[in-house]
Formats: sequence, C-alpha cells, structure tokens
Amino acid sequence: MNKLTVSTSPHIQTKVTTSRIMADVIIALSLPAIASVVLYGLPALLIIVTCVGSAIISELLFNLATKRQQTVGDLSAAVTGLILALSLPADVKVWQCVVGSAFAIVVVKCLFGGLGHNFANPAATGRIFLFLAFAEAGGGVSTRFMNEAELVTSATPLELLKTSTFEGLPSLLDMFLGNRAGAIGEGCILAILIGFVWLVARRVIKWETPVIYVGTVFLLSLIVKGDLEFAIYQVMAGGLVYAAVFMATDYVTTPINRAGRAVFALGCGVITVLIRLFGSYPGGVSFAILIMNILSPYIERLCRRRPLGGVKNDKK
Amino acid sequence: MFRRKLGKTHVPHYKNTAGTPAVAIPTPASVLLPVAQHIGAPATVVVKPGDTVKIGDIVAEASSYVSSPIYASVSGKVAKLEKYLRADGKTVDAVRIESDGLMECRDLTPPDINSIDDLTEAVRHSGLVGLGGAGFPTSVKLDAAKKGGIATLVLNGAECEPYITADTRTMLDDGELIREGVELLLKFIPSLEKIYIGIEKNKPECIEKMTELFSDCERAEVVSLPSLYPQGAEKVIVYNTAGIVIEEGKLPADFGVLVMNVTSVAELMRFVKTGMPLVSRTVTVDGSAVSEPKNLTVPIGTSVRNVLAAAGVADDDIGMVLFGGPMMGTAICSLDEPTVKTTGALTVLTEADARRREPTPCIHCGRCVAACPIGLNPTAYSKALDIEITDDRMKKLEDEKIMLCMECGCCSYVCPASRPLVQNNRIAKVQLRDFQAHSATLKN
Ligand code: SF4
Ligand code: SF4
Repeated sequence: MNKLTVSTSPHIQTKVTTSRIMADVIIALSLPAIASVVLYGLPALLIIVTCVGSAIISELLFNLATKRQQTVGDLSAAVTGLILALSLPADVKVWQCVVGSAFAIVVVKCLFGGLGHNFANPAATGRIFLFLAFAEAGGGVSTRFMNEAELVTSATPLELLKTSTFEGLPSLLDMFLGNRAGAIGEGCILAILIGFVWLVARRVIKWETPVIYVGTVFLLSLIVKGDLEFAIYQVMAGGLVYAAVFMATDYVTTPINRAGRAVFALGCGVITVLIRLFGSYPGGVSFAILIMNILSPYIERLCRRRPLGGVKNDKK
Repeated sequence: MFRRKLGKTHVPHYKNTAGTPAVAIPTPASVLLPVAQHIGAPATVVVKPGDTVKIGDIVAEASSYVSSPIYASVSGKVAKLEKYLRADGKTVDAVRIESDGLMECRDLTPPDINSIDDLTEAVRHSGLVGLGGAGFPTSVKLDAAKKGGIATLVLNGAECEPYITADTRTMLDDGELIREGVELLLKFIPSLEKIYIGIEKNKPECIEKMTELFSDCERAEVVSLPSLYPQGAEKVIVYNTAGIVIEEGKLPADFGVLVMNVTSVAELMRFVKTGMPLVSRTVTVDGSAVSEPKNLTVPIGTSVRNVLAAAGVADDDIGMVLFGGPMMGTAICSLDEPTVKTTGALTVLTEADARRREPTPCIHCGRCVAACPIGLNPTAYSKALDIEITDDRMKKLEDEKIMLCMECGCCSYVCPASRPLVQNNRIAKVQLRDFQAHSATLKN
C-alpha cells in the first residue's frame, strides 16, 4: 500500500465540470448554427468559423503574451465566438468578425481577469462594438428562400415593425422558421427553442430567465399597442429569443442567485421594449443585456435570501 | 404552515449495505482507547499498566460536566498508556488494552431509574455520546430537558451520507429498542408533546418498520424526508420535520427541541435494560475500494487495520480512509488509528477517487448558492478572504453569516470549477472567531 491520501471534506464531487457545461452550450448552439448555414449558405459558415477561430486564438495569444495559464481548454472562448457569430448578419466582412471576436475576448473578458471576472457579456458587447463601429453591420440580409418582392427591401422585421403600415412583414411561420432578414443565427426560433430545451434538460440553465425575459417583452408590447399580433411579432423579431436563451443566461454576468436572475430577466425585458418602441435603434436586445450586466451586482445584493436561522446583525 | 424549500444536493446514495445486518469481527489482539472521543473535556485515566479488565470496566472517568467516560471494550490486560494524535492535531492520552481473547463481561446491573435525574445520571455513566457523528455527550443533552420546556423530540434517522447504513440497521434490527427508548423519554420528560422520526425516503423498509412500531403512539409522527443530502444535518432535520428554525448561535434546546440520533436512543435503551455501557458499535465498511461492503460490529478502540482486514479490503486498493462518509468524513493518516465511539463508518476510496480535480476559475454559475441548505452564498466567503484590510474582511464575513455554515460539503460537491469552498469557509470561520475573541479581550 502507498501512503494514505489526506484532504479535507467533502471527498467526492460532481462529474459536471466547467468544460462539460460549455460543451453543452455548444451542443445547444449547434442547431441554430446549422439553421444559419441552411438559410444563408456558405457566408454563414465562414462567419461561424472565423468568429470561433479568432476567439480561441485571441485567448490563446493573450494568455501566452501575459504568461498566464492556458485556459482555452475550458471551451468558454469557443462559446463566446459562436454566440457572437450567430448574432451577426450574413453581410458582415471576415475582418470585422476577427475584430469583433478579438474585442470580445481580449477587451471584455481577458483584460478584466479572464473567465469569471468580466462584468459584461463578451458576445453581446462584441456585437454592440461591431454595430457602433461599422454601422452597416447591424441590419440584415435576405435568406436564400425569399421571393423577389421581399428581396427588394431586405429590411429586417424589426425595421418593418417601426413603420406604421407593417407592410412587407414575413408570415408568422416564416418568422418562426427564420425565413426573414436578420442575423444568421437569430432567425430560426425553432432551432433556438430546441437548444433551450437541451440546456434546461441538462440543468445548465434554469427555465426562468428566458421565459421571464421573453414574457415581459410580450406583455409590455401587448399593453402598449393593444395588438396581439404586434406582440407576437415583437417576440419573434430581432434577436430576442436568441439573446434570452444564450446571452441573458450567461453565468458570469448575471446575478448568482435565482431570484436575482429573475429580476435581471425582467429588467432586460423592460429595457428591450423601451428601446424598441421609443428609441431610435430598431433593436435593443444587446443594449438591454449590457445595461443589466452593469446592474447585476446590485441586483444580486438586493436579492440575497435570508439564511435559515440568520438574524439581523444589529439585533444580536 | 409555509415552509421554504431548503437547498439540497443530489449526492449518490450507495447504500450497498442496507440489507446486511452487522456481524461481529474477530476479537482484535489489542484495542487503543483515546480518552477524548467526544465533544468536551478528555476523560481522566483511572487504570494503570498491568491491571486486568473485563468488558465494561471503567478505563477513564468523565472529568467534567461536558465529558464522557470510557470503558474497556475487550477483556485482558492494560498494556500501556500511549499518546494519540487526533485528526484535529491535538494529542490525547490513550489506553492500550491487550486482549486475552475471552471477551469476558463484567457483572452488570441495570440502573435503577425513577426520575429524570436518575436517567441523566445513568446516561452519564453509560459513556453514551451522539452516535450520528457529532459525539456530544448524551447526558448533557438530557440535562437540558431537566430544565423543562422541551416540547419536541426529533429522532434523526435520515442517514444522508452516502454508503453509511449503521442507523438503517439499527432501525431494522433494534427498532424495538428505539420504541422503548422513546417511551422512557416520554415518561421522564413530561413536557414532550410531539415526536418526529425523520427518515429519508430511500429507506422505505425503515419508514415502514418505524410507522408500525409507533402506530400506538399518538404523539409520534414518522416523517419521510426527500432523499437529498443533507437531510440529517441538525438544523435541516429540525426544520423539515418540526418546522422550527434554530437561529444562529442558539441550540435546539433553546427552541424546546431535543434532537437524538436513532442509534443513540437504541443504545440508551440497551444500557437501561442491561447496564452495559457503550463498548462496541456498528461500523459500515464501504467505498470504491471495498469489493464486499459490510456492516460490522466492532469493539471500540479496534484499529482501522483490523476492521478493514475483517472486511476483506485489500491493502493495495486503499488510497484514502475516512472516519464517516465521503461528504463530511475525516481522512485519517494511518491505518493504526483506533475506531472511536463516533465511528459509524469507514469509507475507503481508491487513490484515483481520493483525488479532487484541480480548481479552475469560478464561473459564477450559482450552483453552490442553490445547493446550500442554509441559503448562504459560499462564493462570498472566498471573495471576502481576499480583502486585505482585516476589519473590512471580518465585517463582510459577519454580514454574509459565515458562522451559519455547517460545513456540510454541498457547495464544494456541486462546484463545476472544483473551488475549495468548504475549506475556505473553515479558514474564514477560524479567522472570524479569533477576531471576535480578540476584540472581546480588547474591550474588557
Ligand atoms: S458547507 Fe456551508 S456554505 Fe457550503 S453548502 Fe454547506 S452550509 Fe452552505
Ligand atoms: S459552484 Fe463553483 S463555479 Fe459555480 S458559483 Fe459556486 S464557486 Fe463559482
């Protein structure tokens, strides 16, 4: 017999590791990714490969340059790259993908201390960065299945919802399947929903955040406009469902407690509606998430549960 | 009544030995009896080398109110007085008895019990301590009942740690003793209004047996608890059975609650009936390095080496040996360590299983927060430990209620990043306790 191992309790641990969680997210994202290639063809594939590749390489190089422990193995950089890729429109240039991914990884994540230390969602921030820096990279391109009338405008449904007549809006079925102008991975709601079910079933995320987020947008739109169809379009348009499932559920940049995450989702919903209905930008999802990221630590504090048997400190 | 759902953790059960009644191990050649096997002051040795002893003869006397006597667990000769290094780093005296192989018992007379005073006095002499693992002298607990106001008795039969089935076997094999023991307590603690027997759902045969035994007792209620760790933690079981919250810094007795482990009650009754003090106990031997898990009846003081040999555990497989289960058990450094009163299980893990993954950065996933039964935020303590200014650090720890942490292990278990959360909590608690003691002396 060799020496006995001595360590402190507990002596067993779960099989769920960080990289397994990230792998589950990648699996959940694979369906929207496939859908994007079906809808937009090779350009979509190119965007995905470029973003994921440059995200991983950025982290690799950053860790090398700063002599930090190599962390690409935890797959979180790949997840960030993939989430960013799917939120971009098909006409985005390759070099823009590289810049956006590098910005997301190096500036938003690594400079703040790496995984677990960033306060803002890297993918959402990367998308905003691209949108602000290169204004054209924000709208949409038509899919391969659109008819000629639609091809003329190739305006996104969100832009169309801003007009008074709503002319040229795709049918609800097209909206659901993704046959509309927009970002490559955000269109096919069906694929996103399957990914959502996977994440919940694998206990990677709780169902509340996406449901509360989307539900808030639906209810507020309904109340403001009093039009059921309008509210349904609002839910399906833009990157709402996608962001609610994959960005608003990011662990690092949302409150740690369940109640806090519910409040976070509610806040995202309110801000999204405010930007969409009253702001000048058509889309507000990434901004809403970024704003709530900043508020997240405060929400987390306010939503602390009272521990079982805890008494107020001044009462002691 | 509204009850909040406490955090809990899906830990595998591994109750492989639930169906195997305990068998006695071969008489060990010698036993080593440390004088501190309980919470409280070490007992005082009253034998000297060369004395002959029989089973049940006193070896060390309780030295103060919170203390417990030690009795010979084999018959034979006192060989020598040794020093024994406990896992907590304290050195205590220990008595080595060489067995004559006869296992002769001292003449026993059951104690005469007519009042609660007689009962606590008798229990004080029985050497009984909390057998669930805490090792708090049972007499001290009962003394609290003497002051009156104890309305609720919670019998802890949750046995939520993986592998261990010692309490399961007590409930199945000695259920009658538990029943009689409760009757005795009811007789001498008239203020008792309600008795809860908490058992995890994964032990349906125990629930059935207890329900049957207590069917004629109106005040008793068998509560089937969810099979989720840590149902057996004192605060958790009191809340999940009686619905009573034990506030920080207080004892169950402050809320009129007496909590006893089922095996402790059975042993109490055995003592009252026979006069035989606590000299042996059931030990579950299981774990990933054990090919044939067993329940064994072990004389207290038998070396771990002997017990494992009796269980047929091959030396080569042993990577880690724990007193207790894998969630809260203590790792021992040598197979020569003796089993003590609180050793309800020896968990033996292979070397591969003994190793924990290397920690990676916290990903803020919230699993530890959701898992904590008390509703604490374990990440806050690790963060607080990084604060450089002592006062700020202590304030943060107090604010986040570190002292409520019961070191149950849920948070470390679930963490996907393998953060050493419980370990940090222990460090934080020691720091805060020292700080508070220090500020108290400054004030005086
Ligand atoms: S060890 Fe402490 S902080 Fe961790 S889950 Fe248990 S009680 Fe909560
Ligand atoms: S479980 Fe681990 S990774 Fe998750 S929040 Fe707690 S400490 Fe961080």
